[in-house]
Amino acid sequence: MIDRLRLFLTPDRQADRVVPPTGHTAWLTGFTAGAMTFLAVFALALSMAADRLSDRWSDALSRTATIRISAPPDQMAAQTAAVLEVLRTTPGIAEARALTDDEQRALLTPWFGPDLPVDALPLPRLVEVTEAPEGYDGEGLRQRLLAEAPGAVLDDHTRWRRPLATAAARLNLLGGLSIVLIGAAMAAMITLAANAALAANAQVIRVLRVVGAQDDYIAAAFVRRFTLRALAGSAVGAAAGMIGIALLPPVDEAGGFLTGLGFQGAGWLLPLLLPPVAALVALLATGAAAFRKLRELP
Amino acid sequence: MIAFDNVAYNYGGGELLSEVTLRLAPGSFHFLTGPSGAGKTTFLKLAYAELQATAGRVTIFDRDVRSLTRDDVARTRRRIGVVHQDVQFLDHLPMAANVSLPLTVSGRAGDPRDLTDLLAWVGLGQLADALPPQLSGGERQRAALARAVIMGPDVILADEPTGNLDWEMSLRLLTLLVELNKMGKTILVATHDMNLIRTAKNQVAARVLRIRNRRIQLAGADL
Repeated sequence: MIDRLRLFLTPDRQADRVVPPTGHTAWLTGFTAGAMTFLAVFALALSMAADRLSDRWSDALSRTATIRISAPPDQMAAQTAAVLEVLRTTPGIAEARALTDDEQRALLTPWFGPDLPVDALPLPRLVEVTEAPEGYDGEGLRQRLLAEAPGAVLDDHTRWRRPLATAAARLNLLGGLSIVLIGAAMAAMITLAANAALAANAQVIRVLRVVGAQDDYIAAAFVRRFTLRALAGSAVGAAAGMIGIALLPPVDEAGGFLTGLGFQGAGWLLPLLLPPVAALVALLATGAAAFRKLRELP
Repeated sequence: MIAFDNVAYNYGGGELLSEVTLRLAPGSFHFLTGPSGAGKTTFLKLAYAELQATAGRVTIFDRDVRSLTRDDVARTRRRIGVVHQDVQFLDHLPMAANVSLPLTVSGRAGDPRDLTDLLAWVGLGQLADALPPQLSGGERQRAALARAVIMGPDVILADEPTGNLDWEMSLRLLTLLVELNKMGKTILVATHDMNLIRTAKNQVAARVLRIRNRRIQLAGADL
């Protein structure tokens, strides 16, 4: 196997010349590799964006919690103080603070506008809790809050964080699966093209056999040709895909997920791995097809 | 060199060759005759392991063909030069590259001067850069002969090599084959051209085999 791979990968200009240089399979292979790689770049970008989104949601939500205090106005200050005291003495809490009226107004502004009279509304008081790395005992905290401040309810975001994290993870998985499927489709297309090329060149193969060419030699000539075509087509597809990603609108806060589709930093290097992978797929697919076809031919 | 021991070949419909026992001795010159469809091409294909006998044993260079792997067959063919009536080339390569193809596929670097000499010997010195479709029938046959001998094979098998040639060109090709035989090569030519055989017998001690009723026999004075 290793010897065959070495034979396939060793340039041999004389051997490569025995395969006719043109034919419909030439552009078919290059086009397939290019188109599939173009799609793979977007799938990769989707996968990486989902990965970042998952991390961002997890990071943002897993270390924070909110305590909502619903109490009569005359008890609000006392219960807030009681809650802060409970939190101060709870192991695993890094920081806790009550949101100011201005902060609460800012939270409600998107729904009710800037003129909301917060003072006139019986709004609950919100306490933002930041978790220490070692974490806290959620159930124990709930029990203590129930005893010290009956109007306080702990919301650790688990209820809605889990579906979001799961959705992001699934999106990430779908991106990865898309890349695998694209690779498989590319392998299938290149295999078909290789089979067509081998069938179309039956006379070439017959001549080569008459003059004493071994199957390895014949297969290597075809495999190298297809591998190089796939590499070239894939390089063009990767470049086009990267340009497409680069031309997407820039990330902004209001844009949400879709404008975050892209690569960041060293992530831009990942699409550059696709052409060698496409070439490897072509090498393995064409090699298998070539030997199968050579065994079939008389 | 090549031996057939009670060989039979069956295409599926019926037996084409039967009870063939024959040895091609080193340096011998044989003609194989018989009507079209008698099995001459099949006999040659058995002799260079493109086909396998359905019964009996074919031995090439002292090795049973059945024991040869695909790679062994390829290596064996480098010692057998084959010339077909309907000779095929790689049409996208110049004639010189086609002639040196056996060297290319075996990874041997031939001496360009040897190639030039070989092309001159078959009278194609001026056509080294021509593409095969540009060659005439006679030129293609001579190019095929050059390709068949470039590896210095021990045996040359020719299947109706003069089938598409005029008499003058046929004689020219025959002369080349006789010269090769005088160099010690074993030659087997399948042909139905009796004039060619009679002419050859004046130049070389050739034996004539005839396929009749699926069997091969030595032709006698009735030739």
